[in-house]
Amino acid sequence: MAMMQFELVSPERKLASVEASEVQIPGAEGDFTAMPDHAPVITTLRPGYLTVVSASGTEQYFVTGGFAEVSGESTTVLAERAYPKADMTAELQAELVAEAEAAHAAAGTDISAKLAADMADGIAL
Amino acid sequence: MPNLSDLKNRIASVKSTRKITKAMQMVAAAKLRRAQEAAEAGRPYAERFNAVMGGLAASVGSSEGAPRLLAGTGSDKTHLLVVMTAERGLCGGFNGNIAKTARAAAQKLIAEGKTVKILTVGKKGRETIKRDLGDHFVGHVDLSEVKRVGYSDAAGIAQDVLARFEAGEFDVATLFYARFESVISQIPTAQQIIPADFEASSEESTIYDYEPSEEEILADLLPRGVATQIFSALLENGASEQGARMSAMDNATRNAGDMIDKLTIQYNRTRQAVITNELIEIISGAEAL
Repeated sequence: MAMMQFELVSPERKLASVEASEVQIPGAEGDFTAMPDHAPVITTLRPGYLTVVSASGTEQYFVTGGFAEVSGESTTVLAERAYPKADMTAELQAELVAEAEAAHAAAGTDISAKLAADMADGIAL
Repeated sequence: MPNLSDLKNRIASVKSTRKITKAMQMVAAAKLRRAQEAAEAGRPYAERFNAVMGGLAASVGSSEGAPRLLAGTGSDKTHLLVVMTAERGLCGGFNGNIAKTARAAAQKLIAEGKTVKILTVGKKGRETIKRDLGDHFVGHVDLSEVKRVGYSDAAGIAQDVLARFEAGEFDVATLFYARFESVISQIPTAQQIIPADFEASSEESTIYDYEPSEEEILADLLPRGVATQIFSALLENGASEQGARMSAMDNATRNAGDMIDKLTIQYNRTRQAVITNELIEIISGAEAL
């Protein structure tokens, strides 16, 4: 099966760097699945879960704030915050939602409202 | 000639100083390794980010509706200097060099008739430039409570800077920090962050589809770009600080060693002189009988 290089990086560290056969990405304008030879796309991210299918199994990460760069041979996701699904505790979820809502209260724009709502939805998955 | 017990005390005190500087050097070496690892871990993100931003900026940058963070406000009257230094001293010329670079830049801008505002990060630099540029200070970020610099610290500083930019407080922002070259060399660097100055990638890479539009992505990513640049600067600065401290403490330890050698020789000579003196006294006393 065709594989592509997948990388998930946050400002503080590289979370994943594997050969993947498919990556499901929560894009700002809708979720999509990137597979090898996908058309080159750059999209911003919506808070939500990203799923990587590789030879060693399926892994999920929670990502928010950043973008994904998809090309035929590689997929790179740069997320301001990224956590493996196993690290997502109830407290962390509550904290992220509260943070997004506080940011919305401060900014008061449509975009921030959407982000806060996305955060609440995306996290509930 | 100093007497013997004085010399003995001095040797003891220099020895305990040497112990302290030696310990500080080893602590700095351990911290340096961690700081370097952090800086390296942060590099892939910053590199990819800048590459994508460079591509985006090249395609949107020249158009009419380019975001102000990229295109600038159209004037360059007011400059914000973000001066990043350490929270602690005893690290050789580290803080002084950054402060010197920032001061020179500030004075040049003032001489050109520009307005200068200074935001300081780290206590030491603030103290150093307070004397001649104190009335240009607009704020201070205190990181003395922060054990390990995280992205959230950088995001906090970025938010502060962006809020000031939105409020029209300045036109151009420049970061001052020390780039880590090696343990013995840290280079004070000035880096312009607003308007964003991305290196346009030379290789004409793949043509991407953008979702949402290029403009929207850029508007979303530019503020993050400011935070990313501040974060890498903080990491570089952290590594530089520890490197500077390590070499400063290494020098101090060596100096203390030299001093101990000299004092020990002096101590031995003095002791021998005292003995010789006593002998002369005894012998001349015996001869007089």
